[in-house]
Amino acid sequence: MAGVHVSTTVNGDPAEFVCDPDEPLLDVLRNRLGLTGAKEGCGTGDCGACSVTVDGELVCSCLVLGAEVEGRKIETIEGMADGDKLHPLQRKFIEHAALQCGICTPGFLIAARALLKKNANPTEEEIRFGLAGNLCRCTGYDKIVRAVQDAAREMRGA
Amino acid sequence: MAYDTNFTGQKFKVVGTRPLRPDGLDKVTGRARYGADVSAPGQLVGRVLRSPHAHAKIVKIDTSKAEKLPGVKAVITSADLPDLTNGDAGMYDILVNCMARGKALYDGHAVAAVAAVDAATARKALKLINVEYKVLPHVTDVDEAVKPGAPVLHSKMFTDGVEPKPTKASNVAKRTEFGHGDVEQGFKEADVIVERSFKTEQTHQGYIEPHACLANLGSDGQGEMWVCTQGHFVYRNTCATLLGLDAAKLRVTASEIGGGFGGKTHVWAEPLALALSRKANRPVKLVMTRDEVFKASGPTSSTSIDVKIGATKDGRITAATATLRYQGGPFLGMWAELGAMTSYACYDLKNVKTVGYEVVVNRPKVAAYRAPSAPMAAFAVESVVDELAHKIGMDAVAFRIKNAAKEGTKSSYGPTYGPIGIGPTLEAAKNHPHMKAPLKKNQGRGMACGFWFNFGGQTSTSLNVTPDGSVNVSVGTIDVGGSRASMALIAAEELGVPYENVRCVVADTSSLGHNDMSDGSRVTFSSGMNTVIAARNAKKVLIQRAAKMWDIPEDAVTWEDGHAKPAGANAGNFPPLSLKEIAAAAANTGGPIAGHNEFVADGAGVSFATHICDVELDPETGATKIIRYTVIQDAGKAIHPSYVEGQYQGGAAQGIGWALNEEYVYGKDGRLQNAGYLDYRIPVCSDLPMIDTVILEIPNPNHPYGVRGVGETSIVPPLAAIANAVSNAAGVRMTHIPMSPPRILKALDDQAKAKAKAA
Amino acid sequence: MRYEAPSSTKAAVTLLTKEKGKSAILAGGTDLLVRLKGGFVEPDLIVDIKRIPAMREIKKTASGFQVGAAVSGNELGASVVKKAWPGVVEAANLIGSKQVQGRCTMVGNLCNASPAADSVPALVAAGAHAVIVGPKKKRTVPVEKIATGPGRTSLAKGEIVESLLLPKRPARAGDAYLRFIPRSEMDIAVVSAGVSLVLDAKGVVKEARVALGAVAPTVLLVAPAAKAIIGSKLDDAALDKLAAACSAACSPIDDKRGTIEFRTKVAGVLAKRAAKIAYQRAGGK
Repeated sequence: MAGVHVSTTVNGDPAEFVCDPDEPLLDVLRNRLGLTGAKEGCGTGDCGACSVTVDGELVCSCLVLGAEVEGRKIETIEGMADGDKLHPLQRKFIEHAALQCGICTPGFLIAARALLKKNANPTEEEIRFGLAGNLCRCTGYDKIVRAVQDAAREMRGA
Repeated sequence: MAYDTNFTGQKFKVVGTRPLRPDGLDKVTGRARYGADVSAPGQLVGRVLRSPHAHAKIVKIDTSKAEKLPGVKAVITSADLPDLTNGDAGMYDILVNCMARGKALYDGHAVAAVAAVDAATARKALKLINVEYKVLPHVTDVDEAVKPGAPVLHSKMFTDGVEPKPTKASNVAKRTEFGHGDVEQGFKEADVIVERSFKTEQTHQGYIEPHACLANLGSDGQGEMWVCTQGHFVYRNTCATLLGLDAAKLRVTASEIGGGFGGKTHVWAEPLALALSRKANRPVKLVMTRDEVFKASGPTSSTSIDVKIGATKDGRITAATATLRYQGGPFLGMWAELGAMTSYACYDLKNVKTVGYEVVVNRPKVAAYRAPSAPMAAFAVESVVDELAHKIGMDAVAFRIKNAAKEGTKSSYGPTYGPIGIGPTLEAAKNHPHMKAPLKKNQGRGMACGFWFNFGGQTSTSLNVTPDGSVNVSVGTIDVGGSRASMALIAAEELGVPYENVRCVVADTSSLGHNDMSDGSRVTFSSGMNTVIAARNAKKVLIQRAAKMWDIPEDAVTWEDGHAKPAGANAGNFPPLSLKEIAAAAANTGGPIAGHNEFVADGAGVSFATHICDVELDPETGATKIIRYTVIQDAGKAIHPSYVEGQYQGGAAQGIGWALNEEYVYGKDGRLQNAGYLDYRIPVCSDLPMIDTVILEIPNPNHPYGVRGVGETSIVPPLAAIANAVSNAAGVRMTHIPMSPPRILKALDDQAKAKAKAA
Repeated sequence: MRYEAPSSTKAAVTLLTKEKGKSAILAGGTDLLVRLKGGFVEPDLIVDIKRIPAMREIKKTASGFQVGAAVSGNELGASVVKKAWPGVVEAANLIGSKQVQGRCTMVGNLCNASPAADSVPALVAAGAHAVIVGPKKKRTVPVEKIATGPGRTSLAKGEIVESLLLPKRPARAGDAYLRFIPRSEMDIAVVSAGVSLVLDAKGVVKEARVALGAVAPTVLLVAPAAKAIIGSKLDDAALDKLAAACSAACSPIDDKRGTIEFRTKVAGVLAKRAAKIAYQRAGGK
């Protein structure tokens, strides 16, 4: 198996790696770049725990090949806070107790940020369908939805 | 255990508030470390070869080709795990489950494992292992397994608990019985009797984090393991036994845990990782894939339950029976027993009898799943209770209130209750606006009650005051849902210091005495009580030190608001000494200040809940939607209410999934058809409404703050509450969980056909 | 194993034609990566077509729309196609989650050849065609000719579906797609129906195409179902005939997702409901 050399940008920083042709981006992030914030809950795109963005587009990193991201811009949970300043979604998740075990939290935050980028004032239903690709087994989603609603309110300055 | 049990109406300063959790920042920034997030230098990748057959004799395993593959550092089979269980049957079952010995007992049963330099090599090595199977007849259904002529899994399984003991082997491992009174006489006194049979399919805890560990074991018998677990001490003890190690020489550190719900109370592949590491003499990281989690960890039982209840016209239950058959996978469990114990725990019954049968089948070894066994029993019983109320013409809540257990009731499983919350949760349900809200066409409302024992268990806790006066609490119970915040609240409450000055950590197995697992809703109860005691012990030391600093007798010093104070005017006129000041002087007054405690936390308070659910049905497709859901539960005392609500909501959501869509689907070949999140359908965000919660606080007299467990009870009522709601909406009694659209549509069609036939 | 990301269709065809071993085409990858992960496929060559500009385009042409093979669900959803073919676009946007929508493609959905593919019944109802390029002459075939059975297609070695053609809509036309899933999201269709209608000035159905998913080895175009509503104003009797024709066309299986009985019945229910939406979209009252 010939390794593929890839140059890319992760959270604003240039990154280079060599990966197998069939190696998912998730494995590259976790095992080659040391970014373990994206989690493998299923490896088949059904749980959303590995959510990242590629050129701003929300994806499951388990359904993207590392080889594909040549020249792309990748953003992961590790790049969500601005230095010591948390993103409002991060802050609201803690304040609203929107996490219990926390394994799904990075994926939810990345997906919620993508949702609010497209729709700054979503209804509860839009939030629920917007986050349907992210499984949480602990919370029943109640507090997650409330945290996203509150963060959206704050981000809109309402 | 000297503490005041006279707590009712206690006033708290920080307990009951909602501060930010200490692990929040790590978890929202992606730097919290879970099972698969840690690596070691020189680490190998472990992978497990699993049986594709439900039941098969292993004739031969040839690993020679795999061993020769470059990059493969170790290959193991059951031959590498000699039986060191010394007659402990339960431990032997765990050994057999970790790696098949002579016979594969289910689809996914481990038969060999490899450690290689990378994942691709490990995968390739698995393909090079040649296993010769002789396929045997299998059985996966709990009712089929008990029929005469069913394939028998174990030729030496003779039903326990039956007199005389059978001489013919069967798949019924054990019979248990509970109850009191004379049920035959009770049924004679009944005006109305309802009798029905129910079935529930197998579900999985569905934690998002697959099992993962990093094992490092040397040939000198010393090792370390990083692992996602609900009980690192138990994992240590079990792994040490299976591998022939001294427990003290295996240091286990618990990772953050990505959900467990009972499924991470057993070891699965961890002993294999250790055995591979020992053989390769290198660290081995072993992470299950999602389909391995479904196939080869520990889902809950599928069941078959018969219930019969009789009542008088004025609504008093005169007799109740239940026969419960629970499968435990291929091994003896205690699952039917727990079902038999919990069935009627909500009620005050004169005549009650429950019988449980533990059944073995060719499915994975069953593990605990949140209030294990209780939801299925509650589904069956609460369905019949509802039907009985309808038949008598009584309101379903009023009927339950009339028959509810109370303080002094002899429970159906034996003990007599102290103060309990079933009555109050029912009264709260009766008065809740949800109960009175109007329903639209095709909508139905249901309610149901649930019970769980809760548990105490062995607990060891250390509290250390640092030189700067901040406080460390080291617990040995895994934080599955915010318990570090609760422990910090409790320590802050006891010591009178700010919550922010306390940090609670989960210590490794070398740092504390044995702790039982985070199960049985026991953490806030037992580690919480232990934190109270440890803090009180630390306070004793703080008082000693203050006495020394003031040069007065210890009994002349009291502790108030985080300060040592002279006990009275006679003790002397000293300005109060803060914890910080005493800590700063510790080096000169006797050294480090700490409080410890180890004990068996007796007196866990039983817990009750009542749930109300509205469901909308599409009669043309059988589709359902939960449109409103309310959880009312007794917490005893809510230490951190946000995380109590979270437990209520999470349990309800899991129950909703179980009730409507989740199930293991086995093919005729005995293989699991839906080992993934695509077709094992746990609720997604858009499936659920907001889940309203009502926290009642009926204090547990055996806990200094009145805490009961809260984690499990919330999954007990949903199956029944939703079944009652769907049955009310559909006009037909649903008796098979999950109530998937094909099952609902079929019930509607069958009913329409029956009506047409009758007309 | 090799990964290649050619920049032209011609280069892609050459790579695929020359490969002696097994090859796989990577568009959105939302099916391919799942199969790679499960070890169900082990290609010697992966050809990523997303760097081929022509495959990324949506073009409005004189005869309708041309949608490139690498156009994602999100890109399709934000395009001009939605107004003309709302049923097709909604169907494509039902595939997977928001995460999957950033990647998945209609052509991928078509060539994965699952009878339960969400976009395919809508495409079949729409009368869409697939443009196929390969070592031989470019050809255009109706989409229902692509899948020949679960996971099998009529594509020859070296052939790629380059784009899909959707016809131009006349006045008073509408389409709709509905599927049944047990949850509200994230499921594969247990049964599904796509309907496309053209009405006359009086609101009578002039043309109709009805397609069903997950009730046979491939997506079905059900001519008798269309016949049942042509000439009607979608009154209850016509809708009942439509449902009966759909149920009669079903030859489903019992599996983990549903039963024969359920699929057969609900196929009719969904076709009725989809027809009503399509009728309304066409301006029918």
